[in-house]
Amino acid sequence: MEKTWNNKAWFMVLPVLVLVAFSAVIPLMTVVNYSVQDTFGGNQFFWAGAEWFEEMLHSDRFWAAMGRNLIFSAIILAIQIPLGIFIALNMPRKGWGVPVCLVLMALPLLIPWNVVGTIWQVFGRIDIGLLGYTLHALGFDYNYVNDPFDAWVTVIIMDVWHWTSLVVLLCYAGLVSIPDAFYQAAKIDGASRWAVFRYIQLPKMQRVLLIAVLLRFMDSFMIYTEPFVVTGGGPGNSTTFLSIDLVKMAVGQFDLGPAAAMSIIYFLIVLLLSWVFYTVMTNYDVEK
Amino acid sequence: MDFSWMAWTLPTAAFFITIFLMLVGMGVWEYFSPGGNPRVGILRFETTRGDRLFVSLLGSAFIHLAWLGLIGPNLWWALALAVVYAIGVFRFV
Repeated sequence: MEKTWNNKAWFMVLPVLVLVAFSAVIPLMTVVNYSVQDTFGGNQFFWAGAEWFEEMLHSDRFWAAMGRNLIFSAIILAIQIPLGIFIALNMPRKGWGVPVCLVLMALPLLIPWNVVGTIWQVFGRIDIGLLGYTLHALGFDYNYVNDPFDAWVTVIIMDVWHWTSLVVLLCYAGLVSIPDAFYQAAKIDGASRWAVFRYIQLPKMQRVLLIAVLLRFMDSFMIYTEPFVVTGGGPGNSTTFLSIDLVKMAVGQFDLGPAAAMSIIYFLIVLLLSWVFYTVMTNYDVEK
Repeated sequence: MDFSWMAWTLPTAAFFITIFLMLVGMGVWEYFSPGGNPRVGILRFETTRGDRLFVSLLGSAFIHLAWLGLIGPNLWWALALAVVYAIGVFRFV
């Protein structure tokens, strides 16, 4: 049978194309243009070629921020994924406890990022914050304003508090989709709790877990608001992640050329990692 | 319309026109040979020619960055290497 071609459908995607052009493509083109030039304001630009990229690739500051970001993402994933699975496994599947748990889990996700930062900034203060004051009263030398280790611990706990719920909800969605017949068969076979987890629950959660890992990695790799509100990137540069450094460079120092070059390198890394995750996820589906 | 805020230069315009022409070329290719020519190459997963273009462009960007970081600012050799890489991707991936 002759296939019917109807190109009118292209008009349906036109609004999306316009939206993407104005929200992503045109700003990205502008950033590329800025990355090869220097400016002192007043819409005057001077050609710099690949100089800013070279400067960025040899910049200790850039690689230090990149290292901090990768370490932060690795720690976040190492905590949030197992913790999210553990909580999801222990959430009730029936009864009044289900909506209660789901609402409690969803609450941190509904709070705006800058508000989360403000909550933890106050919470951790040793003079008026419940956490900081209590730790200080117990004899711990906790002070996230002066101590880089304390600042890291605060930012990590804040992120765990804010985002573990997402992993929990995704895992829970995977768990409730498992038919009861699987558990009944496991019971008949005399399977242990670990065997049920390893051979029934984990494989069924694998797809949602991949989504959780992708979302949490990308989000933690691009984190800005919460640590900026809590620590401002300090003490020193100890919690200055890539996005914080980028804003400091672009807005604080008005170094638009180097900031644009940094943005493009940052964007390419995010794009590469997204592609790797996406490929792994889609090919996992194909194999299944 | 005034586009001076976008700070256009001839090299960046040429860069984007090249990308745009590549996309148009892919569209024309797809028109004459629909389906995207999916196949399993050396990466052991299925790729269409759109995937191969994406891998080529992303890889080329990293080749240029690596050249700039490790060797120097003369990027013509990096461009040649990126072209060879892209041909390899379209041939084997």
